[in-house]
Amino acid sequence: METALSAPLTISFDYTRSLGPVLAPFMSALSERRILGVRGSDGRVHAPPVEYDPLTHEPLTDLVEVADTGTVLTWSWQPEPLDGQPLDHPFGWAMIRLDGADTPMLHAVDAGAPTAMSTGMRVRARWVAEPVGHIRDIECFEPLDTATAVQPDRRPGVSVTSIVTPIRLSYDHMVSPEESRYLRGLAEGRLFGQRCPACRKVYLPPRGACPTDGVPTEEEVEVSDHGTVTTFSIINVPHAGQRHKPPYVAAYVLLDGADIPLLHLILGCPADQVRMGMRVAAVWRPREQWGTTPENIEYFQPSGEPDAAYDSYARHL
Amino acid sequence: MTDIAIIGFAQSPSERHSTSTTNGVEMLVPIFHEILADTGLRHQDIDFWCSGSSDYLAGRAFSFVSAVDAIGAFPPIAESHVEMDGAWALYEAYVKLLTGEADTALVYGFGKSSAGNLRRILALQLDPYLLAPLWPDSVSIAALQARLCLEAGLVTEREMAEVAARSRAHAMADPRAQLSGLVSADELLARPYLADPLRAHDCAPISDGAAAVILARGDIARRHCRRPAWIDGFAHRVDAGALGLRDLTRSPSAVAAAADAGLDPATLDVAELHAPFTHQELLLTRELGLGERVRINPSGGALAGNPMFAAGLARIGAAARQVTSGQADRAAGHATSGPALQQNLFCVMGAR
Repeated sequence: METALSAPLTISFDYTRSLGPVLAPFMSALSERRILGVRGSDGRVHAPPVEYDPLTHEPLTDLVEVADTGTVLTWSWQPEPLDGQPLDHPFGWAMIRLDGADTPMLHAVDAGAPTAMSTGMRVRARWVAEPVGHIRDIECFEPLDTATAVQPDRRPGVSVTSIVTPIRLSYDHMVSPEESRYLRGLAEGRLFGQRCPACRKVYLPPRGACPTDGVPTEEEVEVSDHGTVTTFSIINVPHAGQRHKPPYVAAYVLLDGADIPLLHLILGCPADQVRMGMRVAAVWRPREQWGTTPENIEYFQPSGEPDAAYDSYARHL
Repeated sequence: MTDIAIIGFAQSPSERHSTSTTNGVEMLVPIFHEILADTGLRHQDIDFWCSGSSDYLAGRAFSFVSAVDAIGAFPPIAESHVEMDGAWALYEAYVKLLTGEADTALVYGFGKSSAGNLRRILALQLDPYLLAPLWPDSVSIAALQARLCLEAGLVTEREMAEVAARSRAHAMADPRAQLSGLVSADELLARPYLADPLRAHDCAPISDGAAAVILARGDIARRHCRRPAWIDGFAHRVDAGALGLRDLTRSPSAVAAAADAGLDPATLDVAELHAPFTHQELLLTRELGLGERVRINPSGGALAGNPMFAAGLARIGAAARQVTSGQADRAAGHATSGPALQQNLFCVMGAR
C-alpha cells in the first residue's frame, strides 16, 4: 500500500482568562514585582495563592506578601528546553518555597548546569524588564550566590482583571490510506471514491471505515466531476478569513457515481438561481497549480444540463 | 458485589509512529472485530458504547466523533465519551450498567501521541493561570517527584532501573508491546539522564495505540465468557490540582480509591499499575502495601507501551485477562491521570 500522506498542522489561540478575587491581586502585584501568597485555614501561607482552602475548601481571601527569594525543595534538569518554556537554554525546574510561604511554587532556575543545582539551594526571582501582570513577569529564578547584585526597583503596577496566554501546538497531521488515495487522485485531476463492501455505497472522499457498517471501504471507484446540487445554503454573513464576497452559495454536490455528497461552493451564477437538482460541473484550477489537495477544484458552476429529477437524489439528502 | 463483569479485552500494537489518523479509526476497527469475535457478541448486542480520548492530542476538534465511524453506528447507537483515559469511560459504562439502563457495554480508548509533542501537550492539563503558561512538561514534573522520592530514601535509581528491566522482560510475552527484551539494571544505569534524575528507561515510551474492553451483566457475561472477571469494586479519587499543595512522595488519592474499591493486598494475586514512570510504580506499590504475593504488571505495564487515553484502560483489561485466563483469582487494574499521579482509579475483579 502507498504510504499515507501527512502535512504539518499548527494550531494556536490566545486564551483570555478572567481573574477572580485572589488571582487578580496576585497578577496585579506581579506587575509591581511583588509576590503575594494566601493564608489558609491552618495558618500556612500558599504562594502562589490558591483560591480555596485545601483543607476546608472555603474561599480564601487573606493575601500576604512573600519574598521573591526562596529555597529549592526538589529539582529536575531540562537539557533541551521545549518551545514556550521560560528559558531557551538548558535550565532546572524546581519547586521553590518562597521566604514567608509554607508551600512551594514551580518555576525555572537559570543555573547553567545540573551540577549547580541542589536541593536546599537559595534562589531569587529574575523579573522581566516590563511586567504586565502575568506569571511570566517572573522570567525565572537564579541561584542567589550568582544573582544580579542590584535588583530592579519596584515599580508602579497595573490593575489587571484578566490575562492572555498564547497557546500554540504543532502536529504532523496524517490522513488515512483511503484519503491519501483520494488526494493523490486529485493531484492527477481525478476523483476516486471507494465502495463499502457491506452497504455498497460509494464514499467520496473514501473513509477508513464505512460509518454505517464499521468496515474499511476497499473497492476503488472513479467518479465524475459533474454532479447534482442536493441541498444548499446562501451565505450572507461576512466572517474572518472569508474568501468570497457574500452572498454566495455552499452546497452539497452529489457527483455522478458517488453516494455521498461533497460540500463545495457554487459560483458562476447569481446565488438566488441555485436550486435543488441543479446540474453543476467542477471548475479546476490551472493544472500547474494542482497538488494533493481538495483546493484543486476551485468551485462548481452550472453545467447547463437539464435539472436532475428529484427521485435521482432523494435518497442522498 | 455486583453482577457486572469484564468479559473481553483487545489492544492494538503500541507503536512509536503508527500510520493511523488521529481519530483512531485505523487502530480501532481491527480491535473491535477481535473483541467481538472473542466474546461471540455481535455489534448489535452492545447496548452502550463509551470512549476516552483527547482533542488536544489529536490537534483537531471532535476527533472522537470521527472515531465513531469505526463502530458502524447504524441503526443509531447509545454512545458517550470522556476527555480522559478510557478507564474513566469504563467507569461511566459500569455506572450505566449499575443503573440497569444497559446490560452490555463496549468501552474503548485511543491516542496517537506521535502526532504532536506529547510532553508539551500534557503541560496544558495544568493550571491555566499559574503553570501552563510556563509549559512545564510531563517528564520534568515526574522528575521533580522522582527526586523527592530519591532524596527521601524511598526509592533508589537502581530499584527504578530494576522496574524498567522487569517491565521489558515481562513484555517479551506480548508481541504488541513497544519495548521488550532482556536488559540488566547495570546496563540501564550506565545510560545518560533524560531529565535528571530520570533516564529514558524511567519514562514510558511515546506510544500510539488503542484498547477495548467489554462489560456484561449476569447471564450474558456467563454465556459469553467461560470465566468472567467479576467487578467487586470500582472507584476513583483525585488529589489537589496545585502541585505545591501535594506531598508528591505520597498518593492519598490512590490509597483512598483502592480502599473504596475494596483492594485487599492479602488476597490480591495481580496488580496492573498504570505507572508511566518507574518511581511511580514503586511509590504506588508502597502506598498500597502490595507485598510479595502480588504479581505486579505481568503485562509489562505502561513502561512497555503507553498509548495516551488507552493505557489505563489496557491495565484494567490486562488485569481482567489474568482472571479470565485462570492465571489469577483476584486482580486489580489501575489507571492514572494528571501530573505526578494526581488522579487514580482502581477496578478490583475476581473469579466466582
